[in-house]
Amino acid sequence: MKALSQNRRHPMVGVALLLLGLLLTGGLYSLASNINSASAYSESDYTSADNIADGEALFNANCASCHGVGATGGPAGPSLIGVGAASVDFQVGTGRMPLQMNGPQAQEKQAQFNEEQTMQLASYVHSLGTGPTVPEDEYLDTDHADVDLARGGDLFRVNCAMCHSASAGGGALTRGKYAPSLHGVDEDHIYEAMITGPQNMPVFSDSNLAPEDKRDVIAYLKEFESQGYPGGASLGSIGPVAEGLFVWTGGLALLIGFMVWLTTRSS
Amino acid sequence: MSVVQDYQASTRTGKIANFVDTRMGASGIVKEFGRKVFPDHWTFLFGEVALYSFIVLVLSGTFLTFFFDPSMSDVVYDGAYKPLYGVEMSSAYASTLDISFEVRGGLFMRQVHHWGALIFVAAVSVHMLRVFFTGAFRRPRELNWIVGSVLLILALAAGFTGYSLPDDVLSGNGLRIIDGVMKAIPLVGTHLSMFLFGGEFPGEHVIPRLYSLHIMVIPALIILMVAIHLFMVVVHKHTQYPGPGRKNSNVVGYPVGPVYAAKAGGFFFIVFGIIALIAGFLQINAVWNYGPYDPSPVSAGTQPDWYIGWVDGVLRLMPGMLGDFSFLWHLPLPWGWNALPMGVLIPMLPAGALILGMVLWPWIERGVSGDNREHHILDRPRNAPGRTAAGVAGVIFYSVMWLAASSDLIAVYFKMSLNDVAYVLRVLIILGPILGFIITKRICLALQRKDREIALHGRETGVIEFSPEGAILERHELVDQYRLYELVAFESRQPVPAQPNKKGKVGTWEKFRAFWSRRFYEDRVEPISSQELIEAHSEHDQQRRKLQGSVATAVRELEGKRDDS
Repeated sequence: MKALSQNRRHPMVGVALLLLGLLLTGGLYSLASNINSASAYSESDYTSADNIADGEALFNANCASCHGVGATGGPAGPSLIGVGAASVDFQVGTGRMPLQMNGPQAQEKQAQFNEEQTMQLASYVHSLGTGPTVPEDEYLDTDHADVDLARGGDLFRVNCAMCHSASAGGGALTRGKYAPSLHGVDEDHIYEAMITGPQNMPVFSDSNLAPEDKRDVIAYLKEFESQGYPGGASLGSIGPVAEGLFVWTGGLALLIGFMVWLTTRSS
Repeated sequence: MSVVQDYQASTRTGKIANFVDTRMGASGIVKEFGRKVFPDHWTFLFGEVALYSFIVLVLSGTFLTFFFDPSMSDVVYDGAYKPLYGVEMSSAYASTLDISFEVRGGLFMRQVHHWGALIFVAAVSVHMLRVFFTGAFRRPRELNWIVGSVLLILALAAGFTGYSLPDDVLSGNGLRIIDGVMKAIPLVGTHLSMFLFGGEFPGEHVIPRLYSLHIMVIPALIILMVAIHLFMVVVHKHTQYPGPGRKNSNVVGYPVGPVYAAKAGGFFFIVFGIIALIAGFLQINAVWNYGPYDPSPVSAGTQPDWYIGWVDGVLRLMPGMLGDFSFLWHLPLPWGWNALPMGVLIPMLPAGALILGMVLWPWIERGVSGDNREHHILDRPRNAPGRTAAGVAGVIFYSVMWLAASSDLIAVYFKMSLNDVAYVLRVLIILGPILGFIITKRICLALQRKDREIALHGRETGVIEFSPEGAILERHELVDQYRLYELVAFESRQPVPAQPNKKGKVGTWEKFRAFWSRRFYEDRVEPISSQELIEAHSEHDQQRRKLQGSVATAVRELEGKRDDS
């Protein structure tokens, strides 16, 4: 203690205090944000009156200009009564809402609200009329003992690949609409997309694709992402078009390079 | 063979060689073929690339046959690939997965085989384009052009049969399209399809049948055709580009042995190396992603390999309905209505026309030009504007169909509407070749004029000379004799007007021929005559002398003035 009191007027004290302060706030912040993301919100969060009230305030400030006060819909946006928390979590969580611009379909972008705000918005919309709720953790756990990868693959090929393509890289729909790539999409967003059918996607309700089946599909997609490309660079995983393009550009260029080289040294 | 029997070799190698030679007459063959002269130009090597990649295909394909099971019997997969474990599939697909994941080096060999196939067909195609645009198909090589066309078609057949073998969803969809096109043929369609598939699609016979075609019938035909092709090259001797000393009656180049033979051998390993390099670093046809074939799923982004793309594309281009007008027609037949899906049948017309036009081109061009002489000197493409323009029109026609096969990917990756891509391509397939023909012909003629300018007046050096009396001239540098020869030694064909037949009448066909002859050859740039060349060059000499003379006069005048003062 003596050393501390003796050196309290040392010229470096200010710097040391500043560093300590920064370390403390930074540490606390990272701790707090980790806690925030680690715990998914529970059923009770979505029904708490505080969250609904906060959600309403957010809604009125950010969404009501198109969807109308009370989410009853307006000329620029549909009514959200009955779309459920899952729909809000998907649309807002992937940045599709608030809409960046009008177009054939909403574009994915950096999410505008943090997880808490998204949850509050979802609570508010959920309070207006019940709809699909955000998935339970059990159905997002791709390492669950009951997961059947092969079944997930089967379901994916039969139900999803016609729009999202066999390698889940996305595909074209009519008039500028498209099925987006599924690489790197969070488990909960994949689940919510299936149950709410955003944009042009059909709804896969629990009666035609049970939650366990949805989990299998998600597990298949995650396995696909993590397995890598055993044959080398994937060329975008889009199949024969990219391969043909490479042959006609890189492949032929290599060959022609050698052909020119060989014939310039003929004698 | 009897003449050299008294020769006694001194070394052991020599003895063995002599033993063989006195029995096989190998030295005669080497003497004959080893001294065969071939001209040297990099564009002549595309055919070699095709041949070498074919050899690579035979080697890697043989390896694959050791492990591939071409059977459509059901098995439950119990191999190493987790996401398909326990899935019911055909033996063909299961063994393809085994080759990819369990056979040592199997995935690499599969990729060598597949990349090799893409390069093989590309090399054949570019080789044909080279032969076309330089006019190498003209007499006496028309028959070899036909053999080459047959080889291209065989290459497509080899590629397609191979593509279908793994029996995954992607290749199965390709077969389903073939099945659909066959069934669209009126009256016999269904029977044809049943005949190929041994019953209703997909059945259990098609993979073994395609396998027999792929590993036996088609390669045997390719080898036969390659032998005929090369034999004809030796018989006809190789064509050469125009140049000083190069005539129809000679070949300027180097003999096969020893340098060319060694280089050709080395080039084989270069081609092999490039294919192996690509196969080692770039993944191709990840069959495990597609899953076992099942007729119900059709995934987005389903395309055939590039060389079949144009046929897929022309099907995509064809609208099924135009407003309220449907292209699905019905034929009233005694036993009922027979469906006539014109939306499938009409696209076969442009595809067939392209193949037929390619095969028959030597005769088409001869009809138009009326030129039946032997040609061993190649044309520079600009010096045959009609042919070059027709070739470019054909390439554009093909490319639009080709692009259409990837219309969905174009829409996604370039953020466009799929419908708009289709509309644009539908306009382009009609307008593109016409514009291509006109613009290419103009470009060729402009290049000919530029050549003419350079031959007569030399290259613009960018050096501006200012004469004492105030004239500003750019110095032109005359090209050397070799270059000059290349610029002036060509013939510019003229249109052949409609000729009356024996009865003195001009028939419709003759009028049609004369019309195209005009289209091809009416706009032309006259080649430079020697008189013109001499005049132009002497004029330049005079000008230069005048310029130098006036400089000398000016200097003299100045000196005179100085002397006066």
